[in-house]
Amino acid sequence: MASLATAALASSLLAACGGGDGTPQLNWYVNPDGVDTFRTYADECSTDDYDIAVQQLPASATDQRTQLARRLAAKDSSTDIMNLDPVFVAEFANAGWLQEVPEEVASKITDGGDYLEGAADTVTWDDTVFAIPLWANTQVLWYRKSLADAAGLDMSQPVTWDQVIDAAAQEGGTVGVQANRYEAYVVWINALVQGAGGDIVSDTEAGRDAKVDLDSEAGRDAAAVIKKLADSDARQADFTVSNEGTSLGQMFPADGPGEFMTNWTFVYANYKGLVGKPGGPADEQEFEDLGWARYPQTVQGETSKPPIGGIDIGVGAYSEHPDWAMEAAQCITSTKAQVDLAINDGLMPSTNSAYDEVASSGEFPEDLLELYRTSVDEGGPRPKSPFYSQISSAVQSVWHSPTSVDPDSTPKESARFLADVLAGKRLL
Amino acid sequence: MTSTTVAPDTDRKTRRTDKPEASDRARAENSLGMKLVAPAIFLMLLVTAFPMLRALYLSLYNYSLTAPEERDFVGIDNYVTALTDSLFWRDTLNTVLIMVVTVAVELVIGFVFAMVMHRVIFARGVIRTSILIPYGIITVVSGFAWQFAFSNNNGFVNGWLPLIGDDFNWFGQYGSSIVAIMVSEIWKTTPFMSLLLLAGLAQVSEDMLEAAKVDGATWWQRLWKVILPNMRSAIMVAVLFRALDAYRIFDNIFVMTAGANGTESVSFLTYRQVIEQFQLGIGSALSVLLFLSVLLIAFLIVKIFRVDLAAARQEG
Repeated sequence: MASLATAALASSLLAACGGGDGTPQLNWYVNPDGVDTFRTYADECSTDDYDIAVQQLPASATDQRTQLARRLAAKDSSTDIMNLDPVFVAEFANAGWLQEVPEEVASKITDGGDYLEGAADTVTWDDTVFAIPLWANTQVLWYRKSLADAAGLDMSQPVTWDQVIDAAAQEGGTVGVQANRYEAYVVWINALVQGAGGDIVSDTEAGRDAKVDLDSEAGRDAAAVIKKLADSDARQADFTVSNEGTSLGQMFPADGPGEFMTNWTFVYANYKGLVGKPGGPADEQEFEDLGWARYPQTVQGETSKPPIGGIDIGVGAYSEHPDWAMEAAQCITSTKAQVDLAINDGLMPSTNSAYDEVASSGEFPEDLLELYRTSVDEGGPRPKSPFYSQISSAVQSVWHSPTSVDPDSTPKESARFLADVLAGKRLL
Repeated sequence: MTSTTVAPDTDRKTRRTDKPEASDRARAENSLGMKLVAPAIFLMLLVTAFPMLRALYLSLYNYSLTAPEERDFVGIDNYVTALTDSLFWRDTLNTVLIMVVTVAVELVIGFVFAMVMHRVIFARGVIRTSILIPYGIITVVSGFAWQFAFSNNNGFVNGWLPLIGDDFNWFGQYGSSIVAIMVSEIWKTTPFMSLLLLAGLAQVSEDMLEAAKVDGATWWQRLWKVILPNMRSAIMVAVLFRALDAYRIFDNIFVMTAGANGTESVSFLTYRQVIEQFQLGIGSALSVLLFLSVLLIAFLIVKIFRVDLAAARQEG
């Protein structure tokens, strides 16, 4: 009787760990964008050997990172597959929380063939590939063609931040950015610094001894752009707390000429879905007035470095089924999956072949897709460091509020503070 | 006289001679008792002493969870870093401010509530329950409720306050943010204070109060000369518990401001170092400092009330 009860209990516990029929379950932790497509691919990529179960992470990148890190730090064997923001890969890999991607898969990512260079760059740490790119996000300059025309700005040529700010101010328009005290503000600062040929930090593989480069001409150029916008009439009312969503409504306002806005790729699908609705273009003709161009230059003549975002798929180091998890990771990052994510959810692919298929679907203007692809390929990643979180927080701490940024003092003060934080001599 | 002096002597002798006889059994019982409680003591040490010692150990390292190989022994450097950093002192002052203001306000309101609960004759159950309801609500939930209440978009506080504009943003600057946090904290934990004070009120002898009344003492005199001195230990326990609780404030700040506008507490600072930044070394050092601060506060409160006790006795 006792043995029967034990057997029943054991089988129910085993069933709880796997699928209903006793098949092992691989947990796939996903961020909330594109969850329906993820569920489809969890089903499609499940095999007779294992079922893939989608587990949803919190909405904010910071909370996603914290939750995954807490599981992995505790050597959680049920964290099999996970969606990672590119800036987490170095941190997680250096902590020993990610499986290395097998050589035959890794070489396809890094050989400069199908994968976009910017996307491939996000998954390597210490010359080893630790994740597989799923989608690659980037920022472009969105604008009203009528506003640029009125200001006499030739958008077929690269434009600078100075030109964009002056044009908007001259015509009574605005410039939308992300300047709240959060990660996206660092995305902007990093793009400005890299666009001027510099870096926030370099030699990041040296860990705490990474070289802090912010106190440089590039740092001062970046600060000058922020100061110019902060002092300009083109600054939006909520400039100091602005985020990805706040400036969307300024593109097609009830009054006024609209705006220039640096923002991620979701913007096109957003306005397309809002034609005739509040916050969107009044009609198709007004939607046609939406323009896009490469991310503005920090310094005239110096190629801009558009920000890189997206999601990489990592396999947990403590997974009980590492081989199956890696197999599943390849399946859920397939070209077909990337195309579906782009078409269903507006999340752009990380490979050229997927881009070609998205282009042939006719869902997006070809020149826009080409702009995305080039921006990812030639974009600038944020610093890859096991101390990225500290780097980001330290930069935010000194550079916020953007209205207090001064090219003469902010980069110098920020560099000193960041170096002290990395050395463990200051609190954040 | 002789018999009275002899009797206790014999008594003492008897006790002394009895002791070895009883001690075998007592020793056996003690030994059994020790064996029985040993697992519990071991478990308690495991769950309390181990993390504390581990934190103490980690605090001597410069150690990030994401760079395990770069772990360096730095001795007391983390403590020096924390104690010389203006951020630590700003957060400490903030925490002390929250502790002093909330405990003082709660002591007064809590005492009034305790008096009401003690003296109320009709609808006693309903009144006592109503007063205690906020304490039954989870702090995070009350934090969200007060955040909505103070919101300049859909909150009711701006509408209720006569001198405040409808669009006043409570969470836009330090002063009003900290007030909102303290209001939420006071609302949530005053019932706890009043419960402890109610227990103290119940210990005040009605005979003494009656005697004071007969002697012509006014209500105010009875309060200051009879009720409060007799409640001293209950007040000390209430102040001690709430002060320690208030010094560890985290939930309300986390929910209402997330530490913005300099409203961070020492607990929040520690949380950020350990959970957000994965800096186990400096985070552990901050935890140890937090623990020592709590010990210091407990020591000071016990000390202060003892001084008062002595003073009261001299006056008496």
